[in-house]
Amino acid sequence: MSGGLLDIESLARPEIEAILVRAKDFQPAPGETFGRFDILRGRTVVNLFFEASTRTRTSFEIAAKRLGADTLSITGSNSSVSKGESLVDTLNTLGAMRPDAIVMRHSASGAPHFLSRYLPIPIVNAGDGTHEHPTQALLDALTILDWLDPAAETTALPKSLEGLRVAIIGDIAHSRVARSNVFLLSKFSASIVLCGPASLLPRELGQIAPGVELTNDMQQAIRGADVIMMLRVQLERQHEAPISANEYFQFYGLRPEHMQDAKPGVIVMHPGPINRGREISSEVADSNRSAILNQVGNGIAVRMAVLERVLAR
Amino acid sequence: MRPFVIKNGRVVDPSQGIDGLLDVAIQDGLVREIAPDIDAGGCETFDASELIVAPGFIDMHVHLREPGFEHSETIETGSRAAAAGGFTSICCMPNTSPVNDNATVTRYITDRARQFAVVNVFPIGAITKNSAGEELSSIASMKEAGIVAISDDGRPVMNSRVVRRAMEFACSLDLPLIEHCEDLHLSAGGDMHEGVESTRLGLRGIPRSSEDVMVARDIILAEVTGARYHVAHISSKYSVEMVAFAKRRGMPVSSEATPHHFALADSEMHPYDGNYKMKPPLREPSDVSAVAEGLIQGVVDAIATDHAPHPGDEKMQEFERCPFGIIGLETALGLSLERLHHNGRMTLPHLVGLFTTGPARILSLNRGTLQAGAIADITIFGLTHCWTYDVNNSPSKSRNTPFNGRTFTGGPVATIVGGKIVWRAD
Repeated sequence: MSGGLLDIESLARPEIEAILVRAKDFQPAPGETFGRFDILRGRTVVNLFFEASTRTRTSFEIAAKRLGADTLSITGSNSSVSKGESLVDTLNTLGAMRPDAIVMRHSASGAPHFLSRYLPIPIVNAGDGTHEHPTQALLDALTILDWLDPAAETTALPKSLEGLRVAIIGDIAHSRVARSNVFLLSKFSASIVLCGPASLLPRELGQIAPGVELTNDMQQAIRGADVIMMLRVQLERQHEAPISANEYFQFYGLRPEHMQDAKPGVIVMHPGPINRGREISSEVADSNRSAILNQVGNGIAVRMAVLERVLAR
Repeated sequence: MRPFVIKNGRVVDPSQGIDGLLDVAIQDGLVREIAPDIDAGGCETFDASELIVAPGFIDMHVHLREPGFEHSETIETGSRAAAAGGFTSICCMPNTSPVNDNATVTRYITDRARQFAVVNVFPIGAITKNSAGEELSSIASMKEAGIVAISDDGRPVMNSRVVRRAMEFACSLDLPLIEHCEDLHLSAGGDMHEGVESTRLGLRGIPRSSEDVMVARDIILAEVTGARYHVAHISSKYSVEMVAFAKRRGMPVSSEATPHHFALADSEMHPYDGNYKMKPPLREPSDVSAVAEGLIQGVVDAIATDHAPHPGDEKMQEFERCPFGIIGLETALGLSLERLHHNGRMTLPHLVGLFTTGPARILSLNRGTLQAGAIADITIFGLTHCWTYDVNNSPSKSRNTPFNGRTFTGGPVATIVGGKIVWRAD
């Protein structure tokens, strides 16, 4: 991964397994904070966020710092982009300052892929438009594995993703989280059900990876599910009049009465930020089935593993 | 102008049904005769042994960017790229700045072409003022000034009533109406063909239906008005079927295809590379074969490039910010030979016809023939020599092509306009 981490689709399964296994090492013991390491001492990681982000940017920053790297964060509003500089020029300028890696979020799908053709510095994709959000899928996988078997032998970890039924519900069309999760889960032969209103669930999604089925019926999606992933409705990417919030919640909002259709041990996940009362009810979000805050914690562990791997000499 | 004779070539002229080893004598810028073993009588000769001698190729769909966008292309540089691609005539779309929507702009273009172009330039006038889709432009006076068709290429006329009126007017002036078929509401925001690939890449789609509903609407209006209607850069399999339907009804409906639409599918794109971004977008493999099949079956009448220059920095951006369009003049013949002829699917006379008699008939041009007395526009090309396209040597001002570095078998060797050699391969 010396070239960076652009997407899950092109990542081989052994790479994913190695990251997940290594992330286990970085998880803190219950009640403790993340350990400090010297692994990346003297290395510089630039967080370049052209789109607003709280959790992902903070998570990457903490991950880099816990590994001993120097980090700095640049956000869209105070960057040179607002002065009309092209993306290539911005990145070349930063590149001339010789950071060891650039963590980048951008509103344009493929922006990190496009830049990686011109820039010799590894890029870690922290979300590109409606394409992928690879570290989110990795932390989701870690969260699922932890939940299913907290005491699992670390080396056998990813095997237990096989055969799971994962329902991903919401605005699939505009979700980079959904795409990355589909590509990851598909590599582990999980069965994936994508569910949402027809306008947010293009039929072609069924063909982007093996093991994907589509439904517009939420009950059908949840029936027999081991994992339910809820997605935020991305109004900022829809470019057309959305379904009313009320109607959306009625048909695609996760409420307590849905939970009985799922498997008894089902877990509920959400990449955040959550919109209570729009795609998920507070009762579910705050219930003991919810792994939402576990996801946040695992984000740091997974990003430590990714940064270590990307910056490995 | 001194007379000269093209010796020993295989002359392929579909306008006269000629295909044989013949010589072509040129005098005073005109074709004097085609016959075996013409005695050059001491005048200059061009040895076309092993080469094809054809009527000059016509590209009925190019963007020359002048006036207004001279940093991308000029009439001079675009015409030189045309000559290097074997084209002796090019038709330039009106989306310049100002738009070619009145006779003054038309005359500016023809004047500049007379001074600077190395090939013939035939302007196409806008359908509506400023191509805004509302009021009809000065079509009749533009016709007097030399336009050969009307089109709001790139800014399709969404208002069906305006299209109807334009067709009525075009019909009375015996001009074809060329439509860039795209329902702008269906395609809004799209960057590539809507399908599995766009879904996988997270890019917004331009659905095939945005082309199809426009073709359907226009064929209905062409039926109502009797106008000569031409579908530009056809790319959808269903649109090909609809044009075939209109032709079966005997309507004066025609269509053109670009080499990239019968040579490349969306699945072959380099992800997020702006040199693969154009409108209509590269579609699915089934569309690519339908367009090729349309050419073979005669549903598609012409090959045109939609040569659309953009400077490098505009294409070196996030995919969604890149402008639409690629250059295509120099690679058109190589791609056409590769995809249509070398694989045995199309005869050489048929292929030559798509570059000559096809566009000449659609636009009523007195070109595309080597009949005695015709203007001596001649394209000489080879079928066997291997060459690699290096866009950095292109006479065009722009470099936006997905075909840089591609190796072709056969391609242009010399381009003759009005009896004068304007380009020769090194």
